Amino acid sequence: MSYINSILPALLDGVKMTLGVFFLTLIGAIPLGMLVSVGLIQRGKNILAKAGKAILSAYIWVFRGTPLLLQLIFVFYGLPLIGIVFDRFSAVIFTFILNYAAYFAEIYRGGFGAVEEGQFEAATVLNMTRWQTLRYVVIPQVLKIVLPSMGNEVINLVKDSSLVYVIGLGDLLRAGEVATSRDVTLVPLVLVAVIYLVMTLLLTLLQRRVEKSFSYYK
Amino acid sequence: MLELKNISKRFGDQVVLDNLDVTIEDQKTLAIVGPSGAGKTTLLRIIAGLTPADSGSFTYNGQATSAAELRKQGVIGVVFQGFELFPNLSVLKNITLAPTLQGVGAAAAEKHARSLMDQLDLEAQANAYPYSLSGGQKQRVAIARALALDPKILLYDEPTSALDPNLRQSVADLIASVKQQGMTQVVVTHDMEFAKMVADATLTVAKQGSESNEA
Repeated sequence: MSYINSILPALLDGVKMTLGVFFLTLIGAIPLGMLVSVGLIQRGKNILAKAGKAILSAYIWVFRGTPLLLQLIFVFYGLPLIGIVFDRFSAVIFTFILNYAAYFAEIYRGGFGAVEEGQFEAATVLNMTRWQTLRYVVIPQVLKIVLPSMGNEVINLVKDSSLVYVIGLGDLLRAGEVATSRDVTLVPLVLVAVIYLVMTLLLTLLQRRVEKSFSYYK
Repeated sequence: MLELKNISKRFGDQVVLDNLDVTIEDQKTLAIVGPSGAGKTTLLRIIAGLTPADSGSFTYNGQATSAAELRKQGVIGVVFQGFELFPNLSVLKNITLAPTLQGVGAAAAEKHARSLMDQLDLEAQANAYPYSLSGGQKQRVAIARALALDPKILLYDEPTSALDPNLRQSVADLIASVKQQGMTQVVVTHDMEFAKMVADATLTVAKQGSESNEA
């Protein structure tokens, strides 16, 4: 017990990093993914609209098509070569937001596809603008549709946050590894696993609550 | 009076509407009838501005206009075959959303909505969500939602097809009661009997665009 007490402060320090990455990524990626997704479903036929869609598709392709670990390395060690320098934590948040927004955008896109065309048409004949249609009719339906898939991604994010070690930041997993190699015992890693499980359990419960709050309509 | 002249529409090689003329008289109910696939719904969508015609002209009260212009002016209301209520909004919000977005005050929009719900026997459903309504109630909400914007012409796409057959008479009564308030209505239906029940005039759209217009 006293051993656990002795390593707990280091682990909790790691939890702080994990939670910081987690919340800042969600705050950035949830709305950014929605913007990207709305950009992808717009129907403009002019060259600007088409170019915009091509750029957004390329962005999603790159960020879903390469490992997050690699993206972290490129952002932190690669971008300075062209004069863009991030500190470690900013590099992590920047990369995580872009990576997760790409996944969220694809999830939202599926949600938009599941809203019937008739809903857009009903809004059109009611003289609603495109933005009003999205804001009051379509996006609320999309959010309900995407909740289960978003829950999955959010839980993945908790675990992905352990990748920050690659550019020298210490998170929960890193703290556990350090203690394990120093003290030659698996106890710290068992504790790490328990802490991850508690975090994902809380998120699962939260997800249920949010889904329930959307269950007032079908 | 809304007049459409020489309306044509093709989808690929298939001619759906060929130089069709349509006259919609004020405060009358026009039934557009014809077999499945004849282009009745396409015609309704053209009037509503949801599908562009390949050619043809619109004249409203003697002025040349377009479907898009009519929509902007709030002339046209539509009751869709599947009703297309907004599932995330209560009955009351379904009816008040568009008016409030167009600048009608919340209190005035609600007052108007409540009077429409009263007329359409929906008072008890004000706070219900669409999933919990019967087909007939959904249709009445769709009508109330369209009427809330005070259109001059109300279009119905197959108003009996999504409902129980024994509701036909009550839909006819509903259309008659809306007519009594001075509304011009256009009813697309494949059901000749129903057309006879509601219409002052009938336009028959036949396959490949031949048509006849009789009063």
